[in-house]
Amino acid sequence: MWDYTDKVLELFYNPKYQGVIEDKGEAGVKVAVGEVGSIACGDALRLHLKVEEDTEKILDARFQTFGCTSAIASSEALVELIKGKTLDEALRVTNKEIANYLGGLPEAKMHCSVMGQEALEAAIYNYRGIPLDVHKDDDEGALVCTCFGISDAKIRRVIVENNLTTAEEVTNYVKAGGGCGSCLATIDDIIASVQKESATPVSTSANHSNERSSVKPLTPVQKIALIQKVLDEEVRPVLIADGGDVELFDVEGDRIKVVLQGACGSCSSSTATLKIAIESRLRDRVSKDLVVEAV
Amino acid sequence: MQKNCIYLDNNATTKVDPEVVEAMLPYLTDYYGNPSSMHSFGGQVKKAVNQAQEQVAALLGADESEIIFTSGGTEGDNAAIRAALLAQPDKRHIITTQVEHPAVLSLCKQLEKQGYSITYLSVNHEGQLDLNELEASLTGNTALVTIMYANNETGVVFPIEQIGVRVKEHGALFHVDAVQAVGKIPMNMKTSTIDMLTMSGHKIHAPKGIGALYVRRGVRFRPMLIGGGQQRGRRAGTENVPGVVALGKAAELELLHLEEATARERKLRDRLEQTIIATIPDCQVNGHSTQRLPNTTNIGFKYIEGEAILYLLNQYGICASSGSACSSGSLEPSHVLRAMGLPYTILHGSIRFSLCRYTTDAEIDTVLAVMPGIVERLRALSPFKNDEASWLQERSMVISH
Ligand code: FES
Repeated sequence: MWDYTDKVLELFYNPKYQGVIEDKGEAGVKVAVGEVGSIACGDALRLHLKVEEDTEKILDARFQTFGCTSAIASSEALVELIKGKTLDEALRVTNKEIANYLGGLPEAKMHCSVMGQEALEAAIYNYRGIPLDVHKDDDEGALVCTCFGISDAKIRRVIVENNLTTAEEVTNYVKAGGGCGSCLATIDDIIASVQKESATPVSTSANHSNERSSVKPLTPVQKIALIQKVLDEEVRPVLIADGGDVELFDVEGDRIKVVLQGACGSCSSSTATLKIAIESRLRDRVSKDLVVEAV
Repeated sequence: MQKNCIYLDNNATTKVDPEVVEAMLPYLTDYYGNPSSMHSFGGQVKKAVNQAQEQVAALLGADESEIIFTSGGTEGDNAAIRAALLAQPDKRHIITTQVEHPAVLSLCKQLEKQGYSITYLSVNHEGQLDLNELEASLTGNTALVTIMYANNETGVVFPIEQIGVRVKEHGALFHVDAVQAVGKIPMNMKTSTIDMLTMSGHKIHAPKGIGALYVRRGVRFRPMLIGGGQQRGRRAGTENVPGVVALGKAAELELLHLEEATARERKLRDRLEQTIIATIPDCQVNGHSTQRLPNTTNIGFKYIEGEAILYLLNQYGICASSGSACSSGSLEPSHVLRAMGLPYTILHGSIRFSLCRYTTDAEIDTVLAVMPGIVERLRALSPFKNDEASWLQERSMVISH
């Protein structure tokens, strides 16, 4: 038997939020569904969200899960974590938070928490009308693990978000490599490339955080310069590749105002772009209190 | 840890019979001599080892000189395969099946890297072999055919003697991993085509860490463990005497109970299986309906996942298995069920119940009472309800940023 925490077992044995939310056409309320996984993989989760349209608040959430003990417990934990949050707040829930809520998961079962976070994202993207397969043709989305249908992008993301350093860890988190094993070498390459990419920015941010925490906080000029640098070096190239762009408009304390351009300005995913691509990156690199707004 | 569980995982391991414990105890306390010593204190122990050899030989219908004690099934399989290859250095081909225990499969994979060519025979959806495929694979270069007697996960029994006849026609050696079959199927090596046969103690109510390898007299045997001259040079190392004595006693009891115990187990197993199939929708028995061990049933419950079933069963103190215990940490469904080509709806939700002579009617009643509720509960949680439900397959590659 696995070494599950009491919390995992408690949520598995007594799930409260299983089921579906039907769209009854209530005024001001929208129901969105997100699905991840497959029966072939042995894990699947369908998440239903009931969202108040004005405030984008999650009024209710339900799940349907095919999977093991910890997959079911992770689904339950996810619902408990996001109920009452706005969609933007919910988007910031990471798989780590799901695992922490459960008092931890065995390493080999971390993929259950990742599945929870992905289903949430899928549901929010559906709510916002962002097509799920929008990046499918990107080079980044290339299929790496055919046994479990895992893309390069997903592997990169889980490596970055959870500081993974070995292929074995990647397998624990997203299953990739846990089948025939023929993709393990590619996973090693991805890890190496992520480490290379992050080497410079990480040391930069480490320097800055040292500066911030130890001696002197950033002056307003330094802060703006750093924001500009992160936008130019880390954010804009990604947006430009997608046919969009971003320009720094103003900085008022911790409120960063930006102008989204090109595809980013008109595309329905602009909120997600703001939150995921820009805000979280700036929080990571400059200050965790930053809020990004479009003007 | 629960003590009084309903233990239906006997293909993983069994309870040590109290009579076996009693038989081995003196060899942990009073009779601690080395069986190879020349003094009479060691001699007493040597006698016990010889007696155990006779007891094991009796269960297999073999001669006691044909029994080598090992540490268990894995050692037996490894020793037999390596011995067969060392004895015929010119032959570089091995035949086995896709559904063997990892003790055979993993070794074959390693031998492949060392230049041996290996044929992995396929099985059909009932878990049975195609003898024509075997026939077509046998060549003059085939050193060894190594095939299990009965599958640990499904209980499917292979037609070992029919296979043996073909193997002998081509002059190859024939090794049988009978870990799951010994004690459940009568054996008679005197009339058999088998050259080497592996058995393990802890599957027949002896402790873990002891087993035996039968090697037909006249078969050239190159030992894997080399050292002192124990077991006539065929397996060096001082014998695990308490284990050996225990195995002997367990073999004696197995032989004594074989007929009546297997008849009882078959009846209980059939009732368990048939009632589940009749009362729970969307489930099926995996494996051949008749060519199967009397104590094993492997049932696939569609649309739900095996580990979740096991944890709910555990709440009622019921121990079963979702595939083989050795690979339960793996992310992929059982290699045996996959080789049978079962659909994904079945693969992930299969549970093995394996009985033994201690299993009671009341225990089966309990399982039958709780199983429908468990399945219903998990199906209520599941997003899959019917066979069109491969809906998520396409969407498994989610958003990338
Ligand atoms: S391709 Fe990744 S495990 Fe098979």
